[in-house]
Amino acid sequence: MNPLRLVGQAVIAAAVMTGIGYFSQAPAYQYFPPDHALIKLSLSHASQRLEPCRERTAEELAKLPPNMRRKMDCSRERVPTLVQLDVDGKRVFEGWRKPSGLSKDGASQFYERIPVTAGTHRIAVRMRDSARSDGFDFEYEATATLAPLQSLVLGFRGETGQFNLR
Amino acid sequence: MLPRLQYPLKYIFLRLEAWGDALFGSHYNPFYYLGALAWFNFWIVAGTGIYLYVFLDTSVTHAYSSVEYITHEQWYLAGITRSLHRYSSDAMVVLALVHLLREWAMDRYHGPRWFAWFTGIPTLWLLFFCGVSGYWLVWDMLAQYLAIDAMEWLDWVGIFSEPIANNFLTEGSLSDRFFSLLIYIHIFVPLALLFLMWIHLLRIARAETNPPRYLAIGTFAALFALSLVQPAVSHGPADLTKVPSELHLDWFFLGLFPLFDIWGPAALWALTVGGSMLLAVMPFVRRAPKKPAAVVDLANCNGCTRCFADCPFGAVTMVPRTDGLPFEKEAVVNPDLCTGCGICMGACPTTTPFRTKGELSCGIQLPDLDLPTLRNVLDDAVRPLSGKTKVVVFGCEHGAHLPGLRSSEVGVVVLPCTGHLAPSFVDYAFSRAGIDGVVITGCRDGECFHRLGVRWTEERIAGKRDPALRGRVPRDRIRIAWAGPLDLPKLTHTVKTFTEELSRPDSEARAETDRTASVAMTGGAE
Ligand code: HEM
Ligand code: SF4
Ligand code: SF4
Repeated sequence: MNPLRLVGQAVIAAAVMTGIGYFSQAPAYQYFPPDHALIKLSLSHASQRLEPCRERTAEELAKLPPNMRRKMDCSRERVPTLVQLDVDGKRVFEGWRKPSGLSKDGASQFYERIPVTAGTHRIAVRMRDSARSDGFDFEYEATATLAPLQSLVLGFRGETGQFNLR
Repeated sequence: MLPRLQYPLKYIFLRLEAWGDALFGSHYNPFYYLGALAWFNFWIVAGTGIYLYVFLDTSVTHAYSSVEYITHEQWYLAGITRSLHRYSSDAMVVLALVHLLREWAMDRYHGPRWFAWFTGIPTLWLLFFCGVSGYWLVWDMLAQYLAIDAMEWLDWVGIFSEPIANNFLTEGSLSDRFFSLLIYIHIFVPLALLFLMWIHLLRIARAETNPPRYLAIGTFAALFALSLVQPAVSHGPADLTKVPSELHLDWFFLGLFPLFDIWGPAALWALTVGGSMLLAVMPFVRRAPKKPAAVVDLANCNGCTRCFADCPFGAVTMVPRTDGLPFEKEAVVNPDLCTGCGICMGACPTTTPFRTKGELSCGIQLPDLDLPTLRNVLDDAVRPLSGKTKVVVFGCEHGAHLPGLRSSEVGVVVLPCTGHLAPSFVDYAFSRAGIDGVVITGCRDGECFHRLGVRWTEERIAGKRDPALRGRVPRDRIRIAWAGPLDLPKLTHTVKTFTEELSRPDSEARAETDRTASVAMTGGAE
């Protein structure tokens, strides 16, 4: 092959490889500001039943097949859950989540990312998981100092009924 | 809007490809081997991947350090292998995207080609998925970012009872089991990709999956050089108590992630699913008149299988004889696969215009351009010629626009594909129609709209493929000059000088023999 062509081919190959090499790692992408930290609200919580359980009458029990004659009649559906989150007295999140599952008997899932500046913050979180129309069933307040780029998980343990920071 | 972009894009490709022809020669022009080069890069990725896997530790805690070992301790082998693995994957993305654009620009995506187009779409998505899953394995800050973003994106659909992004909340929440799952994804998705790449080509006969050796070596050498100059490295180790900040994204694979960060899951789902649907329906909304499929005339078919061998789209099959004639097989055309190129008719040994009119038929032919019609077209093109030298140009609908070449000395026959031309017609032009010279043209070599028309024509005229041009035909009076839509000026010049040469005394025209032969071999318009 003609040497001039070879040079031309090498130039094209070098240009293509430069393009591949460059875009395989540049331009840099600033995903998260370095002077911020992240609060991740992550709750998986089974709220209370929509209706309280009811005792079946003797007649009702008699109508049921013998293997299903349980005394209490409980609807499995749960109420939606409300969560409010304040940081330094400012509302940063408020939302309702429906219970999961086809018969709405599963846990309500919260997964929220809340970026804040690094430093000390007052965190207040409230959750309503019952059919009440105001007030909250669980509340929690804490002061946390977040390092730059720290990821802090705000969770809830159903067994103890307590919020926690991890 | 799209149709209006198609033509300018075609023009750009044709220009670039002309430069490619000049620089690489038409047999090594990378534009003609985009799919094949993507295949070649797949093999590099697969080979390097197997080697890397030997060193990879599949636990959350040690994956990162094992990749660091690969990169720094054994840089001379595993490190370079890692870089090759990354850059050849990137090359695959570039090649697949340019290939997609080109098939669209060149209008090769509808009709029977819908299948290749349609299956190309999931192929592309699997390719992206391969890349993303590969970046997970390193388990650095980039991997952490990609894993969490991807899981959040999937969680939006809400099919998991608990968000799978919860696997990445804290150091403790990521189990080795979940991490191994990510690794297995990176093994199985590439296998699925290979399978789809194979499906993609099911309806393409003799698909080019191997680039010419020269291009393959050049590609490998270039990737190797890049791997030496800029070795692939990791970000800092993943740390779930930290948020990734500045990321050096591989934009070829990961360009959609920032869009996710800006737009959120719903918009990105709309873009990816919507974009794929749009691509998927494109072949079906394109209103191009379907060309009538080739038709077999059993009385003339002797079951020689040449049409079967030459059809570029696998539309012909050979089945056991049904009409009692003493041949083993007969040809059958599947009209759904047939593009109406006529290459089968050019391949059939019974396609000969020499017979008397009453029985003028052949084994396989296009209904709208069958044997008698084609002979009439040739006769009509020759009849008005009144010049001293008579030349007929055989060409196709997809190359240079030919009718403008007509003059008192030059007649033109436009075929759906030059491969439609049975060599017997060239013989006929000289021996019956009183022609002094024949020019054969069509799409640029390497850029044949019907894929194999150029190749089969060259081989038939050179006597290397049946039906071969008969020995009695004067080869020095044939000129092969491939010319795409942008090459009309060059072709006009070729036809003019050829006509002039022919008009000179016999001896001089014959002196051109060698040159003609070499033009026929390299296939360039002068
Ligand atoms: C990794 C990805 C891909 C690979 C390796 C690949 C490979 C190939 C190869 C080798 C051919 C045969 C070319 C020939 O010999 O004529 C081909 C044809 C084709 N490809 Fe792809 N391809 C890929 C992705 C795509 C995509 C994303 C699209 C479009 C959505 C696409 C559309 C087509 C079409 C329409 C043809 C048919 C061309 C014809 O019939 O003339 N491909 N591909
Ligand atoms: S016309 Fe073309 S696509 Fe149709 S059967 Fe003949 S060679 Fe195949
Ligand atoms: S090339 Fe002609 S004769 Fe041969 S199998 Fe096909 S149709 Fe029949």
